[in-house]
Amino acid sequence: MAEKFINKKDFISNLPKIYGTYTGGFLIFIILMAIAEQAGMDAKTIGILFVAFTVAIYALIGWISRTVQVDAYYVAGRQVPTVFNGMATAADWMSGASFVAMAGGIYFGGYTYMAFLVGWTGGYVLVSSLMAPYLRKFGCYTVPDFIGTRYGGNGARFMAVVVLTLASFTYVTAQINATGTIASRALGIPFELGVWVGLVSILLCSMLGGMRAVTWTQVAQYIVLIIAYLIPVFWISNKNGFGFFPHLMLADEVARLNDLEATFGLVKNAAADIKAAGVPGGLKSISVPHSDVPAGGMAAWKFISLAICMMVGTASLPHILMRYFTTPSVKAARKSVAWSLFFIALLYTSAPMLATLSKISLLDPNLPTGLIGKPIAEIMQIEWVNAWINVKQAFIADFNGDGVLQLNEWFMRGDVVVLATPEVAGLPYVISGLVAAGGMAAAMSTADGLILAIANALSHDIYYKIVDPKADVRKRLLVARGLLIVIGAAGAYIASMRITSILGAVAWAFDFAMSGLFFPLVLGIWWKRATRAGAVAGMIAGLGSGTAYLIYVGPKFMAQTPWLGIDHLRFGIIGASVCLIVMVVVSLMTEEPDSATQKMVDEVRVPSGKTILGKAH
Amino acid sequence: MSNKERHWEKTKGLMMLTLAIWFVFSIVIFMFGESLNNGSFLGYPLAYYMCAQGSIVIFVVLIFWFANRQEKIDEEFGFAERGEDE
Repeated sequence: MAEKFINKKDFISNLPKIYGTYTGGFLIFIILMAIAEQAGMDAKTIGILFVAFTVAIYALIGWISRTVQVDAYYVAGRQVPTVFNGMATAADWMSGASFVAMAGGIYFGGYTYMAFLVGWTGGYVLVSSLMAPYLRKFGCYTVPDFIGTRYGGNGARFMAVVVLTLASFTYVTAQINATGTIASRALGIPFELGVWVGLVSILLCSMLGGMRAVTWTQVAQYIVLIIAYLIPVFWISNKNGFGFFPHLMLADEVARLNDLEATFGLVKNAAADIKAAGVPGGLKSISVPHSDVPAGGMAAWKFISLAICMMVGTASLPHILMRYFTTPSVKAARKSVAWSLFFIALLYTSAPMLATLSKISLLDPNLPTGLIGKPIAEIMQIEWVNAWINVKQAFIADFNGDGVLQLNEWFMRGDVVVLATPEVAGLPYVISGLVAAGGMAAAMSTADGLILAIANALSHDIYYKIVDPKADVRKRLLVARGLLIVIGAAGAYIASMRITSILGAVAWAFDFAMSGLFFPLVLGIWWKRATRAGAVAGMIAGLGSGTAYLIYVGPKFMAQTPWLGIDHLRFGIIGASVCLIVMVVVSLMTEEPDSATQKMVDEVRVPSGKTILGKAH
Repeated sequence: MSNKERHWEKTKGLMMLTLAIWFVFSIVIFMFGESLNNGSFLGYPLAYYMCAQGSIVIFVVLIFWFANRQEKIDEEFGFAERGEDE
């Protein structure tokens, strides 16, 4: 019955009403929780209820969206309206790292870190102008499906799957890690168990309905995460009288931070001192200016090169590109990219504001929340400081032994900026519960998109296209679901071993994707002369050289001095350049693609007419 | 030149223009971050403002503009999709 209901045109036209009701219901839930808190419900129960309630709703949506049809499973039946696909892409895109770690990154890294903001938004211009509409016209189910059909042959298809798996898998462990952290904190269970709870929640959304289920849960998750991010930003700004609309009104605070930095002095602690004081790993003190641009050409190059890697990586990440396969038309795919970035921008433009608010709250001695310059004994009496020090998320090291807190003596983990700011600013606990639900939504939605991208590529491109082309629909979907569980479990297992730090891994995914996929995708559409041999050679050389360079400079590997400042976060610059050169040279050395392929490329370039690949292929 | 070729020429032109604007606001301006920060917008230092909000807002507007321009080009050459509403 649900199957029938969801396929009907009514369902699509009723979407605004359905999600409107859902948003209203969620707001009522927040109010009920606030009332319960006033009535004396304890913080822990509120946290559990927030996470449990939202996850239960996602699971329900996942169950209603179950399907036995191939095109519903792989591309949500190609009927997702532009605005809703925009929301789903935004949730797909904004990971646990964006939600939890980005404001913290800006808090510690200031202007330098904001290269990520430029990179993670600017990439969508490339997606819309170079990729999305053409891939939609092609009518593929997965990104390797395009590579395999455009260049022909199993070799190209296989290499594309390898790049996709490597990039997406690096990314997914970080997401499962984040769901584990949040689940363990909100439910009060050990991290190792939290990871598996997170995984079960993720699979509940995607198992039965594939892309269709993921689409409709991601829309629901976007609504939760954006509410959870914006309420604290506006609340803190208004409560402390910084400005009614923080995005336009925090200039004085940014200037004040500049003055405070000059007063306190930005000191970079020596590694030996940090070690001697016993500062827990991953905790940092502020040593970089908030809004000042660091001097010199090298600093500018580091900013630009990081932005380039993130932009080009964005345009090559399969779990994002595949979202645009779900729109009803080519025109809709283009518009949908614009809506995606609009919904992403709502959060990304708020992150610097949250970082500013959080920083000024802690630094300004004129504010009641300010810590710097106060006696350490007094600070240790503050409840939230104590709580975060106990779980090793914050630390005080009195280097000069004067009993007063200096700027370089206050250590904190970046995640705390988002997770603790409501508490620091004295907001009710219900807001902290809401933030936990938002972080969970962000991490779950990205993990779902990534696991689905890998499982779909393996089931469609490897199993169906290469291993067993005669498999029937039932068997194909069975394999797809089995792979979903296997990949999720592998990711959760690695996450539970705690071997990745969130951000390092996330940036690497972009570098892997740009090294192997960017030019094969772009040239496949924009350069008719690109040949199969060129594409295969480009993918192998790009991925190979990028990975080799990562091992050469990676701080946990050989840790050699980076060349021209291209460190382990930027290795995609090497990989993608090599990929481009090799692909062009080899293509020109081999024979021109046959006329059928050239005709196919011509067809991809016009929006009207049938897709290249049939509705069910 | 056939209809298809002229359509593709115009599409390529729009792509180049879009990417040129993108290049300016994602890369070129940040080459001059230091001097840019001497200026200000809404009271924020300009380079700080551009990466916190300015460039992001420009990208959003740019993609909407691009999508509309491309639709016009498709219609002009008769390649717009029919019967497929949003």
